[in-house]
Amino acid sequence: MATTIDSPRAPHTVRRNRGVNWEKWGWIYMRASGVVLLILIFGHLFVNLLVGDGISAIDFAFIGGKWSDPFWQVWDTLMLWLALIHGGNGMRTIVNDYATRPLTRKILLAGILVAVVAEIVLGTLVIYTFDPCPVGSPADLLPSFCPVNQ
Amino acid sequence: MTLVADAPASGPAPEAPIEAFTVTLIIRRFDPDVDDEPRWQDFDVQMFATDRILDALHKIKWEQDGSLTFRRSCAHGICGSDAMRINGRNRLACKTLIKDLDITKPIYVEAIKGLPLEKDLIVDMDPFFESFRDVQPFLQAASVPPKGKERVQSVAERARFDDTTKCILCAACTSSCPVFWTDGQYFGPAAIVNAHRFIFDSRDDQAQTRLDILNDKEGVWRCRTTFNCTDACPRGIQVTQAIAEVKQAIMRGKP
Repeated sequence: MATTIDSPRAPHTVRRNRGVNWEKWGWIYMRASGVVLLILIFGHLFVNLLVGDGISAIDFAFIGGKWSDPFWQVWDTLMLWLALIHGGNGMRTIVNDYATRPLTRKILLAGILVAVVAEIVLGTLVIYTFDPCPVGSPADLLPSFCPVNQ
Repeated sequence: MTLVADAPASGPAPEAPIEAFTVTLIIRRFDPDVDDEPRWQDFDVQMFATDRILDALHKIKWEQDGSLTFRRSCAHGICGSDAMRINGRNRLACKTLIKDLDITKPIYVEAIKGLPLEKDLIVDMDPFFESFRDVQPFLQAASVPPKGKERVQSVAERARFDDTTKCILCAACTSSCPVFWTDGQYFGPAAIVNAHRFIFDSRDDQAQTRLDILNDKEGVWRCRTTFNCTDACPRGIQVTQAIAEVKQAIMRGKP
């Protein structure tokens, strides 16, 4: 009885071409967001770690101060969305390449989607609802513009 | 004056005997009638530095084990029959010289990956040619050439797709692609190279059709730019660059 080795690849099915080509837009998105993220991330690292007192300046007041400025709110929101979708799409790509069983693939892809959506929602919520001057906190921990400090 | 031929002190210097080496080849064998799964078998052969891996395979088949099975036809790097994985890299056995390999260690030879293994070094090439056919690799001209003449093409127009005309369909690039190894739908580099050859041909009128075919979910966007294909191509085709040019043509919407 001859042994037949299974084809190492998934079976070939008929190609279909319809609707929006997400794969193409995903490809373009990865390149575009990558370029923007380079600027955003290195700008973020430079401002947080190198400018002024550098890393020792980071505390609640520093973050509170940054997030009371619409400029940094927009910067961090952009960074959050672009990076998470970029990373999520990259993970999706890897799953598509290596998870061959349809069920495994579905579970992994769903997991990635849930993680990305949850983190984007939570992150965005924090950035825009952040209270830099929580009532009852010690004045020395809060930004200088809080009523307690004035 | 008489011409006195100086009798040479000695005849032409006797050529030093060419040095032969014992080379160990470890070949991944699979006989579907006997084996449940592929196994590695080693062979020692006497080789010269100028011999090729194909010569080593011949020596084994002719002198040691006639059951060793592999494809070869022209044996000079044109027919594209003997692509195989030599020391983990896709090469043509007829173009890989012993002197270019480290023979202090055994040389590993196995069939190309990603295609169904049939026997020893032979794989089923059907999925490969299926992708090739899918991209319509033939001239489709809507115009009729001037009576009695050929379609004129400038040197620059010809140079545009010169690189991709060199493909010999050996499948070394396609079977070196990690996406092709698992994804049964991906066209693979060779099919895209052959689409490129016609997409950028000024005499062809169906470039848009081919771009649409390759703008598929499983088309050029599957390419991860790992450059395995460029490294594997025995003809030196810049495969990854050709794929990138097709991607750009798709984004532009025209060649």
